[in-house]
Amino acid sequence: MNETASALPFDVARVRADFPILAREVGARPLVYLDNAASSQMPQSVIDRLVRYQTTEHANIHRAVHHLSQVATSEYEAARKTLQRFINAREDREIIFTSGTTDAINLVTHGWGRKFVGAGDEIVLTVLEHHSNIVPWQMLAAEKGATIKVVPIDDAGELRVDAYEALFSDRTRIVALGHVSNALGSVNPVRRMIEVAHARGVPVLLDGAQAVPHLAVDVQALDCDFYAFSGHKMCGPTGIGVLYGRAALLEAMQPFKGGGDMIHTVTFEKTTYNTIPHKFEAGTPPIAAAIGLGAAAEYLSSIGMAAIGAHEHALLRYATERLDELPGVRIVGTARQKAAVLSFVLEGIHPHDVGTLLNEEGVAVRTGHHCAQPLMKRLGVSATSRASFAFYNTLAEVDALVAGIRSVQKVFG
Amino acid sequence: MTADPKALYQEVILDHNRKPRNFGRLAHPSHQAEGLNPLCGDHLHVTLELGADDKVAAIAFDGESCAICKASASMMTSAVKGRSRDDAEALGREFVDMACGRIAAADAARIGRLAVFSGISELPMRVKCAILPWHTLQAAFDAVPTASTEADDDPMHTPIGDA
Repeated sequence: MNETASALPFDVARVRADFPILAREVGARPLVYLDNAASSQMPQSVIDRLVRYQTTEHANIHRAVHHLSQVATSEYEAARKTLQRFINAREDREIIFTSGTTDAINLVTHGWGRKFVGAGDEIVLTVLEHHSNIVPWQMLAAEKGATIKVVPIDDAGELRVDAYEALFSDRTRIVALGHVSNALGSVNPVRRMIEVAHARGVPVLLDGAQAVPHLAVDVQALDCDFYAFSGHKMCGPTGIGVLYGRAALLEAMQPFKGGGDMIHTVTFEKTTYNTIPHKFEAGTPPIAAAIGLGAAAEYLSSIGMAAIGAHEHALLRYATERLDELPGVRIVGTARQKAAVLSFVLEGIHPHDVGTLLNEEGVAVRTGHHCAQPLMKRLGVSATSRASFAFYNTLAEVDALVAGIRSVQKVFG
Repeated sequence: MTADPKALYQEVILDHNRKPRNFGRLAHPSHQAEGLNPLCGDHLHVTLELGADDKVAAIAFDGESCAICKASASMMTSAVKGRSRDDAEALGREFVDMACGRIAAADAARIGRLAVFSGISELPMRVKCAILPWHTLQAAFDAVPTASTEADDDPMHTPIGDA
């Protein structure tokens, strides 16, 4: 697809036809799926790719000389190259397949952190982080006697870059932050924050779980050192994700999991490790899921990340306007740069009651703390309701959400 | 029975949510406990006075929670006031069995008005909201400071970092 084509109006009806699950009903109502930040749906092309692999190509990889093993190995490695192109990594060996974002971040805290972080060192996180980008660092800090510094936000949900700069010291070892906030949708000024860290010689990990499905990610342009994301939030399967790391950093890291495939030679006296990326992919990986993730990246690319982003911004703008008009509704998170997420609270009605009653209208939203309890505490709420959009959502579905909210308010009088 | 959340959010539950009975704290309780579901954020505090006759002479609750949890707590306080501890505990077991779908409301001898919560068994994610007050009451009786209906399947209780 060339530039002109991807700028054409988005044919959402045609896109929806690619997703069989969107045709189903919940109760007697059409499904209105607005929980894409938790997990997105899968297009037929990815489902077909999984079936084709399992039907005609499956064997274990990197092992046998027989035909199927060679086919499976070559398709698995082709998926790695697809992911490399998708985020514009320099080399395919910088793409490590993991089970997801959580696993990718744990790989960094174990492989890099346990080797390079020591007593008295400092780790910089932000108050916006998902628990998966907090807890692994806390476990590392507890083991090593390191401390965690937290970048604050303003009331709109934007990171305070001035306060961020003041957090650095000569003990700062790494910065880890989300590219896009899962709870509020804030798009963080990561390019600038990476420059600040690099000026002090500090590497930066970006949690890209909520960014990769919504905007074109170029790890070279971002100049990040690690980038973690999940397959199932970008129309791929669960159980697969990616850690991108600069080759030099990955080579300096110690292995995380030991086992088959990650070694060169094993004796009881001494084991030597395989080269990257295999050093970090111990055991038989989820081969079908990796190949499916490659197909998902190809699908998103065929639609175009620019077109996806434009459509989702139109949805977000419309939904924000509609919810702003409703009495008794407060939008939580009003950063200037946002992606596809609309968190809100209804006056006097707990989010769990909202979620249960919206479900009755066929509308699927997430309610709760969104695995971001420190952020909820900072915002002074115990939980929110969150509508999160994908490129296959429609303005009519935003209207269904608004009608659902009205109906919840009516039940509560 | 089919899942019908709107049938669950009926007037009696909404009324107890709007105007919870026995809302507050006793100044000098003989028993008290904190109930907390960290995953959904529900938390409440139950204080009660057990008389010399082993009957619940006074009971109050406060806290912040969803409508299901608050109405359940409100109706619980009304239901157990004046009951003996044994009777209140037996009612609590019946309520939990009904909410979890193990017994029908019709087979629960003590349940009475609390049968309005029978539909919760069709909403597995919300069962813990309805039963948290009863777990908290039991914890208060047993002099256990905190209760959670999420703790049973939560193996990770050791705090990491500074709380």
